[in-house]
Amino acid sequence: MTTTRTAPPASTEDAPTSRLSRISRLQALQILILLVVTVAVFTALRPETFLTGFNIRGIVQNTAIYAVLGVGMTFVIITGGIDLSVGSVLVFSGVVADKIMVWYGGQGWGTVLVGLVAALASGLAWGLVNGFLVAKAKVPPLVVTLGSLSAALGFAQIITKGLDLRDAPQALVNDIGFGNIVGQVPTIAVVSAVVVIFGIVLLHRTRFGLYTYAIGSNAEAGRRAGVKVERHLIKVYAFAGLLAGFAGLLNLGFFQSTTIGGQSNTPLNVIAGVAIGGTSLFGGIGSVFGTVIGLFIPIVLQNGFIQVGVQPFWQQVVVGAVLVAVVYIDQLRRASALRGTSPRLPFLSRAGGAGSASRKGSA
Amino acid sequence: MTAVLEARGISKRYGHVEALADANFDVQAGEVVALIGDNGAGKSTLVRILSGAESADAGEVLFDGRQVHLTSPTDARELGMETVFQDLALAPHLSPVQNMYLGREVMRKGLLGKLGFMDAKAMREGSRSAFDRLGATVRDLNGTVGGMSGGQRQGIAVARAAAWAQKVIFLDEPTAALGVVQTQNVLDLIRRVSGEGIGVVFISHSMPHVMEVADRIQVMWRGRRVATYNKADTSMEQLVSAMTGAVAQEAS
Repeated sequence: MTTTRTAPPASTEDAPTSRLSRISRLQALQILILLVVTVAVFTALRPETFLTGFNIRGIVQNTAIYAVLGVGMTFVIITGGIDLSVGSVLVFSGVVADKIMVWYGGQGWGTVLVGLVAALASGLAWGLVNGFLVAKAKVPPLVVTLGSLSAALGFAQIITKGLDLRDAPQALVNDIGFGNIVGQVPTIAVVSAVVVIFGIVLLHRTRFGLYTYAIGSNAEAGRRAGVKVERHLIKVYAFAGLLAGFAGLLNLGFFQSTTIGGQSNTPLNVIAGVAIGGTSLFGGIGSVFGTVIGLFIPIVLQNGFIQVGVQPFWQQVVVGAVLVAVVYIDQLRRASALRGTSPRLPFLSRAGGAGSASRKGSA
Repeated sequence: MTAVLEARGISKRYGHVEALADANFDVQAGEVVALIGDNGAGKSTLVRILSGAESADAGEVLFDGRQVHLTSPTDARELGMETVFQDLALAPHLSPVQNMYLGREVMRKGLLGKLGFMDAKAMREGSRSAFDRLGATVRDLNGTVGGMSGGQRQGIAVARAAAWAQKVIFLDEPTAALGVVQTQNVLDLIRRVSGEGIGVVFISHSMPHVMEVADRIQVMWRGRRVATYNKADTSMEQLVSAMTGAVAQEAS
């Protein structure tokens, strides 16, 4: 202990500088490992049934619609917002699409196309409403989308008098809902994968994605740099609404029903998937890929528990625990990487408020 | 010689508080002007008005001798004026490159660019050369700014402003909260920027820093410019006494 002169401590300038980006990549990777381990355990316990084409097909089908919603939700949460309305918008869009397809008549692709336009337009409309209220009226996203959650479901029930509609055309049910595009590959999963890839490219390669991160990171910095923050927020909520509308059509094809009473947990399940997948509820960090992995985990668990003979309700317990653990660990790491910040959930505050700027921008 | 930026008779009130009262200001091309004054003298308000972040109640702003109306920071930017705000205004989760080009992304050529794809390579190279040219220490272009030290972040913020500024750059206390070495880097950077013919407006409370980099020093007191000195003709004692209102070169 006498003369061992250690090298002078590396100055702060030399500190690893990409900790944050490494963490986000790392977390998606960790979740992927968790998924692989889960699959491996169930495969070992039920080798003859778990990793079969039939079972995988079921898991993928069950994840497909959530994944479409998850893409939009990831964008919204990266801006520091939240969208609780996706389940209701899905139902509303399904109802409108169903009504319009019945009015148009027929069972073929023309009818599906009309339904698609109707579903997309319905979803987009709700997304725009959410976006305007968040960005322009500065109502906290949690409140805005809680309102549209209630209102969209209400409208759906008014239109249907509370009874589910089941008039999906044959082409939608047989070819998209249950069909295979090739072999045992379900069409709905391929459609969903296309949306996911589109989301990944949009988020990581385009200006749209960059602005989404920038707003979640420091809206004031974006504003000063000339980013039209309000307009971009509207676009992000509109995008999430559009995808919820699209999911409404897929849902109609898959369940042959508008599932009015069956979507109350959907937004929470999707948000859980997004959070498990490493997207920060504080904004600024996240990935669509992580979200997809995060959505697979609950569904794989449920499927596996049923096969192993554990009560499937355990899935909810495990998912709850995983969610809290993942966000807790993420928060610890982030606190050490982003110096001295005490995060406050942004979607409880006004969009792009000064609070987030002073919180994240200062040294 | 016409000033690149000049303000005449700027007034601004916030309720009962008179932040600026008939304030004048000017900066020449390639010159470092230090704007000094006690807290509440109106320095930051003046800079916010000159950079378009706020509008004045009265007075005129002349840019290259022409009167201009700055209604937003974008207006100022389009004229070639950039501002480094006290709280940096970087996005902590983005990389130095992304921060450098935020709001001015280089898009890919042709259809891909129209679809919103960015030219990451061009932006990376542009950032690298800007950081090198201005001597900002940025070791990791891919890391997030939030994980970097205060000195590096300040370097990035100043380099960004300097890279885009064609005419004038405002720095609101750029050396506050920096260590000795980083402060020196920022001061060197300021000299380099002005060496490129850009007018630098530098707000600081630190008289040694002011004496080190400024060509001229304009002193504000109670919302007005009360004195202007060439660095060669003044001393810290004189500046401090002007800041307390003991000197008034300019009639009110």
